[in-house]
Amino acid sequence: MRLTLKIWRQQTRSASGKFVTYSVDNVNSDMSMLECLDVLNEQLIENGDDPVAFEHDCREGICGSCGFMINGIAHGPLPATTVCQLTMRHFRDGQELVLEPWRAKAFPLIKDLVVDRRSFDRIIAAGGYISVSTGSAPDGNAILVPKESADRAMDAAACIGCGACVAACPNASAALFTGAKIAHLGILPQGKPERDIRAIRMVTQMNAEGFGGCTNIGECIGVCPKEIPLEVIAAMNRDYFRGSWRERDNVVTTLRPFTEWSTGSKLKVDPHSGN
Amino acid sequence: MQLDARIPSGPIEAAWDKARFNMKLVNPANKRKHSIIVVGSGLAGASAAATLGELGYRVSCFCFQDSPRRAHSIAAQGGINAAKNYQNDGDSIYRLFYDTVKGGDFRSREANVYRLAQISVNIIDQCVAQGVPFAREYGGTLTNRSFGGAQVSRTFYARGQTGQQLLLGAYQALERQVQAGTVTMYPRTEMLDLIVIDDHARGIVTRNLVTGEIDTHLADAVILGTGGYGNVYYLSTNAKGSNVTAIWRAHKKGALFANPCFTQIHPTCIPVSGDYQSKLTLMSESLRNDGRIWVPRKKGDKRAPDEIPEEDRDYYLERRYPSFGNLVPRDVASRNAKYVCDEGRGVGETGLGVYLDFADAIQRLGRKAIEDRYGNLFEMYQRITDEDPYKVPMRIYPAIHYTMGGLWVDYYLMSTIPGLFVVGEANFSDHGANRLGASALMQGLSDGYFIVPYTVGDYLATNKLERVDESHFEIRNAVACVEQTVQKLLSIKGRRTVDSFHRELGKIVWEYCGMSRTAQGLENAIQQIRQLRDEYWQNVNVPGSGEDFNQSLEKAGRVADFFELAELMCIDALERNESCGGHFREEYQTAEGEAQRDDDNYSYVAAWGYRGYGNPPDLVKEPLDFEYVHPAQRSYK
Ligand SMILES: Cc1cc2nc3c(=O)[nH]c(=O)nc-3n(C[C@H](O)[C@H](O)[C@H](O)COP(=O)(O)OP(=O)(O)OC[C@H]3O[C@@H](n4cnc5c(N)ncnc54)[C@H](O)[C@@H]3O)c2cc1C
Ligand code: SF4
Ligand code: FES
Repeated sequence: MRLTLKIWRQQTRSASGKFVTYSVDNVNSDMSMLECLDVLNEQLIENGDDPVAFEHDCREGICGSCGFMINGIAHGPLPATTVCQLTMRHFRDGQELVLEPWRAKAFPLIKDLVVDRRSFDRIIAAGGYISVSTGSAPDGNAILVPKESADRAMDAAACIGCGACVAACPNASAALFTGAKIAHLGILPQGKPERDIRAIRMVTQMNAEGFGGCTNIGECIGVCPKEIPLEVIAAMNRDYFRGSWRERDNVVTTLRPFTEWSTGSKLKVDPHSGN
Repeated sequence: MQLDARIPSGPIEAAWDKARFNMKLVNPANKRKHSIIVVGSGLAGASAAATLGELGYRVSCFCFQDSPRRAHSIAAQGGINAAKNYQNDGDSIYRLFYDTVKGGDFRSREANVYRLAQISVNIIDQCVAQGVPFAREYGGTLTNRSFGGAQVSRTFYARGQTGQQLLLGAYQALERQVQAGTVTMYPRTEMLDLIVIDDHARGIVTRNLVTGEIDTHLADAVILGTGGYGNVYYLSTNAKGSNVTAIWRAHKKGALFANPCFTQIHPTCIPVSGDYQSKLTLMSESLRNDGRIWVPRKKGDKRAPDEIPEEDRDYYLERRYPSFGNLVPRDVASRNAKYVCDEGRGVGETGLGVYLDFADAIQRLGRKAIEDRYGNLFEMYQRITDEDPYKVPMRIYPAIHYTMGGLWVDYYLMSTIPGLFVVGEANFSDHGANRLGASALMQGLSDGYFIVPYTVGDYLATNKLERVDESHFEIRNAVACVEQTVQKLLSIKGRRTVDSFHRELGKIVWEYCGMSRTAQGLENAIQQIRQLRDEYWQNVNVPGSGEDFNQSLEKAGRVADFFELAELMCIDALERNESCGGHFREEYQTAEGEAQRDDDNYSYVAAWGYRGYGNPPDLVKEPLDFEYVHPAQRSYK
């Protein structure tokens, strides 16, 4: 089949960008969206043009690298599917697809369809873990975990950190992502001791990054490739409010939300100089 | 050159304790003064970086993805082994050790494998404490399954996303150290060379993948956890970015490369569908627990699978290996799939496929039970092929999946360059000629959490290192070399894309150094690889410049290294005149077509030294002794 791809091209973060239209003739219905871009890029390189930059690695829907908007929908029209797993049989011959990067203040653009999602890492660094150093763990069966809790924790833990939820949200909120980690760890007995402070730290960092506030619109769950349920946001809010009270004497610091890449020889930005 | 693996003497059960006791410790107050570089943030790298940070070292960790959480380990599906014997089915450390040595076809080092089995139990404890949501029984205890040919249930899993959950555990531990200020993370930063000063590893040269800046990073020790090199075959189950560059460039700086031809072909992948194909998708081999593998009895039988009656089907694994049946090790299952397809009995449009059928299991256990066990895998299959495996048998075919070869390391995981440690799939250490299922995750985490943090400490405590600064000529040399290679690749501006070369290289390696190999084929392959490499350096077209985000340039550097590696793989395969594990030389097989080892002549690790491109590499042998598990012909009949 034959498709028209209208793709956002932007050389660098500071350059201005625009849509460029390409036509790809030899699209096979079994290929994935990314393989379709591969075919286009081979054509572009052969013609001496600059190939389209897009992020990818596993190509099996698990690493969370890939993602862009297709006709205004994060990861495209198929529910619970990343663009690397989206096969072209879901499109019609002759269709036009508009491909755009995630757009959010906390995800500055790098090139074409590639954005910088380090803000997600900083949210995790703020408290998205259980503080257990190597070697200090009791036997795996010492603390029983009801099957139901393990299953629910796993549902939340399935988040791949792709950022589609942010891209789909009119407020560019990271609540689904952040809530998923808070819920995953909070459900398990191992995660209970740090439940309050974890929520406070992670939410504080999320706010410092320039993500918008959640107003319960729910666009995020419609595009989430791992079908993270909306209840994780409720879990986040509950833990955050309770924690804000219990931990009211605790001063929370955040990491500096830096967006620079240039390091010179050393990392010039001190991530700890936040407030 | 003599290789000393530094294996502790005395009984194997006490070896690791003894080694740890004899290690020198770094004074806690001094740890902060030592800087350590960890390249890679997969299971091995992230666990090492996090643990070293916890101990108080100053750690810098690098990965080429935009976040450490995306390392290829994330894709592991099936599970992780540990000798917990929670199921009371007769497992023990000794049994896991025994199975791994035997499964590796007697080409691994006993002491390393024993230690791995010992540590396996600590890994599970650690991961549970981190909040890894392993599958549970209703009573709240951990559950297990049997996996990849094991006759005990020792595999722990988190749905079909075990690698993801283990990696997120390690990633979170790593980010905790980033927050604590002990680890500095450098994402989108690719290591392009190793800095060796006075014969010791002292740093790396990197390229910032966003700005193109070439930087140097200096340290007291360097740890590589950069994963496997399966992408030399172009089509593989590895993530697209997986590459050999870090270990290959270390190899060129003096680290010996061990058993490069030991690669693993996984029997259960979704068959290739067309030329545009960019990677192959693995279907977890846990599917073989309940699925039955078959092909039509007659050649060229084009009937739909449900029209082929029982008596016209050949369940060839069950027939040939009555005691293991569909659960024979990966190499055996893969080779047999190739045989039946070579006989013209393969299924699907290309004839390169066999059926993996769940009809009996669904009838026996009900659809719900199968859905619980494999739901996400079935869904993934359907997504890709548009076929419903609850109704139509899956079609599968072998694909390259894992590389047992890698940089040679001693018992302390140190390469032949002092101060350069190698962990995870990047080293050659524990799996011999064939890796058992669910043991790579175990090895990566064992290396990273529990071994290298000790052994690096010992190295730092026993070596006095001079201060170096960036003006040192070795450093300037390394930087100049990297810059030159980048410029060279950009300046060719030929007529072929990097991918087109990579695809062609992959076909050669798959054809001649894949599932089965012959001396003649390998010699032929070496010629073809050289020719193609020459063409590459004259005719590749890498668009754009080196000063910005340039994915073609990233690939171009990696493919350049794959060419050189591919040649070494063939040389290694040619030198090893025997069949063992994943290395099957057609000339060396039993009357029944099984791999025939030659223990008298080839019971060694083949470690290769680099002598400049075009010069034959040096072969150094590390003899293997088997004191505990006595080499026998593997039999799964
Ligand atoms: C589809 C699939 C399923 C699998 N399932 C299982 C399973 O069920 N059980 C099991 O035990 N094993 C399984 N394996 C094998 C296992 O996943 C891998 O062997 C293991 O995860 C490798 O981990 P690692 O830490 O060594 O390397 P990786 O996870 O590959 O990490 C490599 C790291 O190095 C970085 N890196 C690489 N090169 C450079 C460079 N030049 N500069 C900077 N950074 C670099 C990368 O960014 C990455 O962070 C599976 C493998 C595949 C492909
Ligand atoms: S919550 Fe869903 S959409 Fe958001 S990052 Fe996680 S997987 Fe992606
Ligand atoms: S490339 Fe990994 S999720 Fe799409």
